[in-house]
Amino acid sequence: MIEAIRDAMDVSMGRDDKVVVFGEDVGFFGGVFRCTQGLQAKYGKSRCFDAPINESGIVGSAIGMAAYGLKPCVEIQFADYMYPAYDQLTQEAARLRYRSNGDFTCPIVVRMPTGGGIFGGQTHSQSPEALFTHVSGLKTVVPSNPHDAKGLLIAAIEDPDPVIFLEPKRLYNGPFDGHHDRPVTPWSKHELGEVADGHYTVPLGKAAIRRAGSALTVLAYGTMVYVAQAAVEETGIDAEIIDLRTLLPLDLDTIVASVKKTGRCVIVHEATLTSGFGAELSALVQENCFYHLEAPVARVAGWDTPYPHAQEWDYFPGPARVGRALLETMGA
Amino acid sequence: MADAGMLRFHVPEPEVRPGGTPDFSNVPIPKAGSVPRPEIDVDPRIIRDHAFSIIRVLNRNGEAVGPWAGLLSSDELLTGLRHMMTLRTFDARMQMAQRQGKTSFYMQHLGEEAVACAFRKALAPGDMNFPTYRQAGLLIADGYPMVTMMNQIYSNEADPLKGRQLPVMYSSKEHGFFSISGNLATQYIQAVGWAMASAISNDSRIAAAWIGDGSTAESDFHSALVFASTYKAPVVLNVVNNQWAISTFQGIARGGSGTFAARGLGFGIPSLRVDGNDYLAVRAVAKWAAERARSNLGPTLVEYVTYRAGAHSSSDDPSAYRPKTESDAWPLGDPIVRLKNHLIALGVWSDERHAQAEAEILDTVIAAQKEAESHGTLHAGGKPSTRDMFEGLYAEMPPHLRRQRQQAGV
Repeated sequence: MIEAIRDAMDVSMGRDDKVVVFGEDVGFFGGVFRCTQGLQAKYGKSRCFDAPINESGIVGSAIGMAAYGLKPCVEIQFADYMYPAYDQLTQEAARLRYRSNGDFTCPIVVRMPTGGGIFGGQTHSQSPEALFTHVSGLKTVVPSNPHDAKGLLIAAIEDPDPVIFLEPKRLYNGPFDGHHDRPVTPWSKHELGEVADGHYTVPLGKAAIRRAGSALTVLAYGTMVYVAQAAVEETGIDAEIIDLRTLLPLDLDTIVASVKKTGRCVIVHEATLTSGFGAELSALVQENCFYHLEAPVARVAGWDTPYPHAQEWDYFPGPARVGRALLETMGA
Repeated sequence: MADAGMLRFHVPEPEVRPGGTPDFSNVPIPKAGSVPRPEIDVDPRIIRDHAFSIIRVLNRNGEAVGPWAGLLSSDELLTGLRHMMTLRTFDARMQMAQRQGKTSFYMQHLGEEAVACAFRKALAPGDMNFPTYRQAGLLIADGYPMVTMMNQIYSNEADPLKGRQLPVMYSSKEHGFFSISGNLATQYIQAVGWAMASAISNDSRIAAAWIGDGSTAESDFHSALVFASTYKAPVVLNVVNNQWAISTFQGIARGGSGTFAARGLGFGIPSLRVDGNDYLAVRAVAKWAAERARSNLGPTLVEYVTYRAGAHSSSDDPSAYRPKTESDAWPLGDPIVRLKNHLIALGVWSDERHAQAEAEILDTVIAAQKEAESHGTLHAGGKPSTRDMFEGLYAEMPPHLRRQRQQAGV
């Protein structure tokens, strides 16, 4: 997936010289996860460069560049580091078009690795997506595979508004089903690891059905798509798994059509439970599908604690917990 | 080592509080004309003292003296005077309109008119300011229509911002005036980003960042100085030190550094202090800094030493925290009076012509106000629609907002 993300920036920079890429360790070295490797050598230091360790500065300067007319695609080294930039993202980037009535706009992309599963502890594992979906004016994207990551990132860079692009870091090198004690399947052996050359987009605001089914709907995104798949296989339930891909704008039509068909819904995310994006999804399902529901909407999420180090796999909502929720929702 | 005893906590206090006699004897005011004017490519280390002095051009006799004088024609000065007088009259009318309930809020510039009015004229077309709420002089001096400003203040049907923003949070790309956020300090690093983009694009346009003394304490100020210094961004970093951040005297933000300009020295940024109530000095220093930026010499930090003679905003009463007569005691005087006296000394102006100009300006402002009010005021007449509230957040309205707009019945 790292190569797909790099390719998306490469393609975008090649097509549009207004696209610039910067962030901490992003230039000469190519990023701590190597997502920008080679871009400085190919496009020069004016288009891809290292930034000071200053997230509010990275996002704040990107907003100024966007107001000028460039299309910055910046990296926050870990989503956990975005908090100093939160003011710039929520009160500036998100509202610039609105408050100036279109006089100034803010077409920026802010990429950040999200989620745990790499023994990153409290400060390298967080999933702050709900802090972005709560903000009017932002779009929030979470890809789950290389094909989507490339197409969604190109679409995000071409989007006229600010996009938060959360990259599940546990998926950088291969899909992950939550069984941390099993060998990882590399993306090269996975069908969604196939990434087409050149330019293509995956539209923002469209979910994908990863597994068709009739008994129950699972709503997931990012890493949790694979955890859901594992849980479905292990429980043998004929579930429909929806990979949301974009959290805002949300593809409500696909969600509602599926839940009306299955009558059951389990929502899965790695972020903490309380006020997480699952709460929004649960409310929407209840509002739109109440008379089709056969069981309460269930949520499986990270516990409401900081992401611990040693207890990482006790915290992570793995296939066993998801499987239990699936069985309970089926009334088993 | 001797026992130092208990630790003591230090909270700075202004010299004088309400009831006391204003005293600015601790503010050293150098003689007009005494600060040298270096070449624009000067090594910042050589002009370190400029961060602790005050560049002044107009002396007590109304004469323009020293190396920063002699740049402007009488016509340019008369235009500058008219801009400042217009801004002051505009403020008075809008402050009154707020008191009459025609809008919710207003912020005036009383005593600080020279800073933005003079600075704007040192820029070129296409340059971009990232202002705070007290730089409407940038718009006035660039010929932005007063009616449009008033429409914004009234949030009426002709408000270019559709009623979405607090009064005075103008936006005009055409006039090089970035949308005012209402947050403090966020625009400072954005200005640096804009300047970086101009350099990345091999453009010739420069940016100007604006901040008040109080907000320099925000981390965005530090971010801006780091980025401006690192990338040698073509930006002028302006600090308007008007002595008061609402009720908080400038010593709370400044701490032990002596001056705000001194903040730039650690970043290797040439840093100057200028008499913010001296139209000629502001214009000369702004020109110097803009030339540096445009010549690939990087950022300049400029501290404008001025005084907020009015309240912070229409919601503020300064008599609660500073002596009522403090403004009269301010040693740098009033910018309009000082330029007026200079023009009289030059023989191109008189008290009679000044009074006549005041009357003309008042007529113009009242006419603009009448026109703006024909489009409505905050609580009466034409106003932006509820539909406008839902629009313009994204380039394309997402489905959830469309649903909410339908629920709202618009």
